Parts: sequence; structure tokens; C-alpha cells
Amino acid sequence: MATLDRDMRQPTRDIWTELEPHLADVEKPARYIGLELGAQTPEHAPHKVSWLLTYPDTYEVGLPNQGLQILYEILNERDDAVAERSYAPWTDLEAVLRRERIPLFSVDTHRAAGEFDVLAFNLSAELTFTNLLNCVDLAGIPVRARDRHGDHPLVAAGGHCTYNPEPIADFLDFVVLGDGEEAVGDITEVLREWKAESRRTPESRHNVLRELSHVEGVYVPSMYEVDYDGPVLKAVRPRYPDVPAQVEKRTIADLGQWPYPRNQLVPLTEVVHDRLNVEVFRGCTRGCRFCQAGMITRPVRERPADQVRTMVQEGLRRTGYDEVALTSLSTADFSGIEGVVKSIVDGSSDDPTSCGNVSVSLPSLRVDAFTVGIAAQIQKARRTGLTFAPEAGTWRMRQIINKLIREEDLYGAVDSAFSQGWRRVKLYFLTGLPSETDADTLGIVDLARNCVELGKKHNRNVQVKASVGGFVPKPFTPFQWFGQNTVAELQRKVGLLRDAARGSRQLQLTWHDPKATLVEGLMSRGDRRLGPVIESVWRQGGTFQEWSEHFDLALWEKAMAEAGLEPDWYVHRHRTEDEVLPWDHISAGLHKDFLWQDWQDALAEVGLPDCRWTPCYDCGACTGYGIEHVVASPVPPAGGSQGTGQDLMRGTGVPVALTTKRPVGVGTP
Amino acid sequence: MSGPTAPRKLRVRFTKTGKVRFTSHRDVARIWERALRRAGLPVAYSEGFSPRPRLSFGLALSTGHESLGEYLDVNLREDAPGGDVACELFALQVNPALPVGLEVQAVEPLAAGADSLQQAVTSSTWHFELSGLSDDALAAAIARTMATDEIVVTRERKGQEVTEDIRPCILALQVLPPGTGCGVAEAELATQPRSLRPAELVDALDPALHADRVVRMHQWTLVGGARQEVIPLPPAATLAPHAQARAS
Repeated sequence: MATLDRDMRQPTRDIWTELEPHLADVEKPARYIGLELGAQTPEHAPHKVSWLLTYPDTYEVGLPNQGLQILYEILNERDDAVAERSYAPWTDLEAVLRRERIPLFSVDTHRAAGEFDVLAFNLSAELTFTNLLNCVDLAGIPVRARDRHGDHPLVAAGGHCTYNPEPIADFLDFVVLGDGEEAVGDITEVLREWKAESRRTPESRHNVLRELSHVEGVYVPSMYEVDYDGPVLKAVRPRYPDVPAQVEKRTIADLGQWPYPRNQLVPLTEVVHDRLNVEVFRGCTRGCRFCQAGMITRPVRERPADQVRTMVQEGLRRTGYDEVALTSLSTADFSGIEGVVKSIVDGSSDDPTSCGNVSVSLPSLRVDAFTVGIAAQIQKARRTGLTFAPEAGTWRMRQIINKLIREEDLYGAVDSAFSQGWRRVKLYFLTGLPSETDADTLGIVDLARNCVELGKKHNRNVQVKASVGGFVPKPFTPFQWFGQNTVAELQRKVGLLRDAARGSRQLQLTWHDPKATLVEGLMSRGDRRLGPVIESVWRQGGTFQEWSEHFDLALWEKAMAEAGLEPDWYVHRHRTEDEVLPWDHISAGLHKDFLWQDWQDALAEVGLPDCRWTPCYDCGACTGYGIEHVVASPVPPAGGSQGTGQDLMRGTGVPVALTTKRPVGVGTP
Repeated sequence: MSGPTAPRKLRVRFTKTGKVRFTSHRDVARIWERALRRAGLPVAYSEGFSPRPRLSFGLALSTGHESLGEYLDVNLREDAPGGDVACELFALQVNPALPVGLEVQAVEPLAAGADSLQQAVTSSTWHFELSGLSDDALAAAIARTMATDEIVVTRERKGQEVTEDIRPCILALQVLPPGTGCGVAEAELATQPRSLRPAELVDALDPALHADRVVRMHQWTLVGGARQEVIPLPPAATLAPHAQARAS
């Protein structure tokens, strides 16, 4: 029953003809038509491995995803691969698809998802997990990997959430950890032979997955056995001697060799981040202890400044965009930032077609006056709002999280912004951080109120918006051992903040729903026992959980109870040093004992400087992979703050004990 | 018409057919802005903090309807070549920058002070593909509608129920001989003083009717009391391939 003869397959189904009569009845039908500038209509062939790159959220959220766009181009450049794209259909179209028995489809050539060899998902947010199941089901593929037959496509995932792939291990045939640029080529080569087989059997599926487990950066969940001792995880170990006991993430050494996307997609309808995006570096060594992205993407690899300029110039000309974002985890740290920004601004005003109207955005602003200076240089016109992320309200708390922003840095930045014509400042904060006291929590409102006062000196109509999110401890961070705050505790803290923020017209407070934070925490550090929970929530209609109008905590609580699992045990419990973590068989290059030491330093309120410009403390990322930070400048950027290029002992009342850390030993690989 | 005194405004006639018909009016405006930038055309920009290209769009086309006669006015920069040269270059340069289904058919210089598209256009001709009624029943419904003096409908506008007679907006309505257009019926609907949407006409004809395809064929103005197409196409162009089959 399991195998279909390849030659007996139905000819390619024309989904567009089936879909078209229904598009007038759904919201924003332009999400389903493709036709973007840069879209490709690749020719499928028996010798080409076909990938359907799928973002498990709406088109508006998924289209700008740079990871998928990069892989889309790299795969389509190969002779042995084709790639198309798909996005989660909104609920109205999903109802049509199910009623009319139309499968999930690619937007490029409107081909049925089930006709591809690989369904590859980007997972950037835990709350999209149920959407992944929904997309797999809409594709006509069994949601559980073990129920799939020889002829079903392989279901894969990559992206930051897959660093703990265990909660979704039941649903994935394979996982790609880290940078995908090289990995997708290696995987394609393995899949080529499997594709060429005229009959795919359960055995050939098993064999190709086993083969994939040998590819660096690829994790095949079904090749691993999980041992428990009661509620306690004992080990995740390979079933076969040729399967690696620990899977290392994939890291590209030189971003300059991968100037992608070359043909960024320009959508026909409105999407988020609707602008040209040029990645200026990957990785971050600021060392913020809550930040998973900064930890798992090390080392820092800068793109050569000349290549950035070329990608901006050619990208603007090709796309017709009038805005470019220089993306990274902290763009003001890019060695060539001033020169690059100046050349974009000057270049665009020299170019007769651009009318000098190109605006540049730096999505991750550092908190200091220098950064505001750069912002002023590039935003000559639209000075509406600037965003900073001090993350915590007190210096004590910021030392604990290693976000070494002094209050004077923040006030300098905000004062500088208001004095130069900006009227709105947005501040991002986390609450529920390790050892946070009510005084630390309330420090958020103090900071924000002080910013309002600074603004009032310049303009009566300033607005300061403080956005507060509940902290979710993430794998491969020093806080991975920390027990997350309960919903009740987060709600209490939000209440404190609301009371404290009352009465100010200029101060606006917004917060993330603590209930959603709970489910994120569950997924973030969960294990394979959460698979049935995710499946149950999906079966009860719990899709689009990251959309507040669809999020439903009751579904999750019910599913956890049915599975006999305790949210408390997964989310709110502090872990001990000797505990086996569900992601211990995965490696992001960081030594576990480095992370533990950094966790201890956090509790001791000791900061750790940025290793780009200070001696290496051997976190493991560079030494383990035999690569170095690729940073053009040997010194910190002008005005560098947060523990580099600045004497944090200087200045009034800065209670910092910024020690240069001793190396913490080589540790276990 | 060329030279320093030639107008810097162009009026553009274009199509919207096939898959791209599912983009909204706002989407189309954004697509045009980017296409003009990509094509490197010397478009004039507004002053102020958020300079925008100075484009004026005609009557909105509902999302999902197709058109063989959409219009757009483009202001070029003062130093740009104007007149016929600009018109010829315009289509050549901008068509490759537009998505499949949006295509410039004709460009004319526009005199300074000319009426805007919203002011100038008085009616549109539409073709419909319809289902839900037999041919005879459709013909009867059309005959009944045209024989009536008054068709009162109630619709909600700004949260209030408004009762209106839409019969004066239906300037013409007939069954199309098979194979002569983009559907089974043709209507000319007024856009002034009130604009009647094709969907409203279909609802009024018979609740059982469903419009499977709606195509705007022409937009008309009144010049000295006579009806005239905003930019007429040469006869050959009206039988362009996309008029026969959808581009999708």
C-alpha cells in the first residue's frame, strides 16, 4: 500500500485553474498569485530535486524572510534543483481549500505541494508550530513523520526555533541547523539519487534519511532514541553507529562569498518590512545573555563594505524600492557603517532617477548618541520615530543580562533624538528576567518617564512608547537554566508597570500577552513529549497562534492535561547544572560550561565585554569551527558603548565592575 | 508638441488582466511607483517630508475585476522631455518594469489644466461572464431591468442605510452576441454623479446571478456633449490577445 509507482503518478495538477474561481471570495487574494519581481518559474525535471520553501505564517509576514529568499536563489541556480515558495493560507482560504479539496500550492507556478520532493519550513517563532502541521496536512501529507510512506515528500525545517527541534521532532523528517547556504546543496546531492529511483519504498526513505544524517548540520530526529526516567530526560542517543551523537550547526566562513539575495523579491501587495534588505553581518558578540540569536549565530562575519555598497546600489536600481535596511543584530557595530551610510545617502542624491529620496533604516539601533548621529545623517526627511532596546530598567539588571547600556547612554541618545527633530521614541524592555525585583521592574517606567522629561525640553508633543515583553529563556543561552516567570507573576508585573505609568499623556505602555509567553516557554525548552500536545492543539483548530485574535491558551492547557504533562515542570522550573537538556545532542558551537559560567556571572552581576575587540574568552564558536570573527576594523566603532571602547568606570555613579574574564577552559566539545 | 513649452503631463491607458487582477487599487498604485523608479523615468515628486511621485489614478477598479481600459496621469519633471517623444519612450521603458497583466497600451500628452480623470470620466463599459441563470432567463432579466423606470436599492454608507434609485446609472445593458466580447452581457454604467459598481448591477438584475468575470472595456468622457473614449485605441489593438483569453 505504501508505495506508488513513480510513473503512475498523476500528471502535474493545475492548481491555479481550481483556485481562481474562489479568489474573489477571500481576503487579500493578491497573497496567492505570485508574480513578484524576482519570482522564478523553474522547470521541473526528473533529475532535479524540487524544494517547496514554506513559511508557516501569512504571506505578508513570510515573503520578506531573507533566509527563504537566499535559499530560493541558491537552489534555483543549481542544475540539479528547483525551488518554489509557499505560505500559510489565511483561515478563509484554508476553508475553501478543504471544502474544494485543493491542496497547499506554490505561488510561483501553482503546483501542488505534494508534488515536491522536500517541503522545507522556516521556523522563526515557536507559535507557528501548529501552522507547520496545518501546511503539511493541507499538502496531503501525514503530519507525523512515521506515518509517511515512501512516496511522500520529505518535511524539513530550519531557522532559529530548530535549535531545540525536539517538540516538533515527530513531524520533521530532517532539520537543518545554522546557515543554509552550503547545506541545501549538500542535501540536494544526497536526494538526487533517491529522486531518481523509480519506486520509492519505506526502505529507500529510511536509507536516504540515514544518508542525510551524515551531512554536516543535518539532524534526522527518527535516527535518535530518547530515554526518560520518569519525567526526567536521560539521553537522546543515535540508533545507529554511523549517526552522529551530537549534530553541529552549519556555519559559512565568509559572508562575502554569498551576496544573496541578488534578486530580492518585490511583492505586488503590502508586506511587513517592505523594503530592500542588505545583510551587513551575521553573528553578534555583544553577549546579551537573553538573546538566542546573538549566541547561536557566532562568530561575527562582516560583509565587505564594498559589497554592501554594490548590493545596495544594484538592489535599489533593480527593485525600485526607495528604502533600504542594513540588517544585522546590531548594525551600528558594522566596521564600515559611516562610510556605507554616507555613500548611500550621497549616491542616491547624485542619481537622477532616485530623486535623492532613498531612506536607510537600521533595524537594530545601538543605544547611544553616535547611533542617533548616523540616524540623523540618513533620515534627513521622515523623522518620525526611533527605536531603542535598553531591555531592562536598572543598571543592576542590565549587568545581569549583559546589556551594558549606562543610563547616560540612553539619555544621551534620547536627548539627541528629540533635539534633532524626532518626536516619538520607542523603548523595548523585557520583564521576568533572572533575579528581577519589583524595583528593577519599576525602573522601566522610571527610565521611560525620564525620557519623556528630556523630550519635553524640545517639544511638547513628544511620545515615549515603552513596549514590554515577558522573558522566555532560550536554548543555547546562559539563561537556559532559568525558570520562567509564571503567567500570574508576569501579569502582576504588568500591573505594577501600568499603575506606575498612569497619568502621563506622553508615556504609552504596551505589553505582550503573558499567556502567549507561557506557550512560547513551553515550546522553547520542551522535549519530544510535547509532540502530541502540538498535534492536539492543531487538531482542535489552533492555528495562527501568534495572532492575538487566534491565540487560545485553553487549547494548550487542555492538550497538556490530556498528555499528562505539567506546564510548570517545563516552563517555570529552574534547571540544575547536571540536568540533561533536550537539545544537548545539538551543538551551536558554544561550550556548555561557558554558558554555565556565564549564567553564574550573571547571577553575580558581572558583565562580559564584546570579544570582537577584547581578548577571547573561548565560548567555543570560533575555536570549535576553526574560523575567526571576520571584522574589518581592529578597534570598536566610534562611540562604541556597551562595554567596548568606553571606560565604564568613568562618569557619574556608574556602578560597574566590568572584569575582563579569564578563559573558562576548553571544556567538552 | 515637443520642445520647452510641451506639457509635462502624460495620460496613460493600461490593462489589468489575468492573475494581477487580484491586486487592490492601492497595490496597483504602489506597483506603478516602483515600476516608474525601476524604469528610470523622470517623474516629478511632491515636496515635503515624504516626497511621493506625482501620479493621479482614475476610478478605482474593484479587486478581482479585469480591465482593458485603466488610466493614470503622470507628472514628469520640469526638465524632462515632454510631448510625443516622452509618450513614445514611456511605454517602451515602463512595460518591461510592470508585472505580467499590467501593460501600457497608449500614452498621450495632457494639456495643463485638463480635467482630472475623476472629473472627466462619466461612464464605463463593462463586460460580464455570468452564471446562475439560463440564457433566456438572463435576457428576460435584462429586458425587465431596462423596461423599469426605477430600481430602488438600500445600501449602507458610513454606517447609515441609504435608499437610492440606481436605474439612472444604467445607461445601457444588453446581451452580447456569442464570441463578440469578454462575456455574455455588456453594460454602460455611469460614474457621475454617483458611480454604480458592476457588483451592484448584478445583484439588482437577479439574486441568482453570479458574476464569474467582470472586465472594464472602456471609460468615456463627454466632449461638447458627445461621448468620447478617454484615449481611443486603434481598431487592431482592441483585439489584443489578452482581450480574447486571460493572461493567467
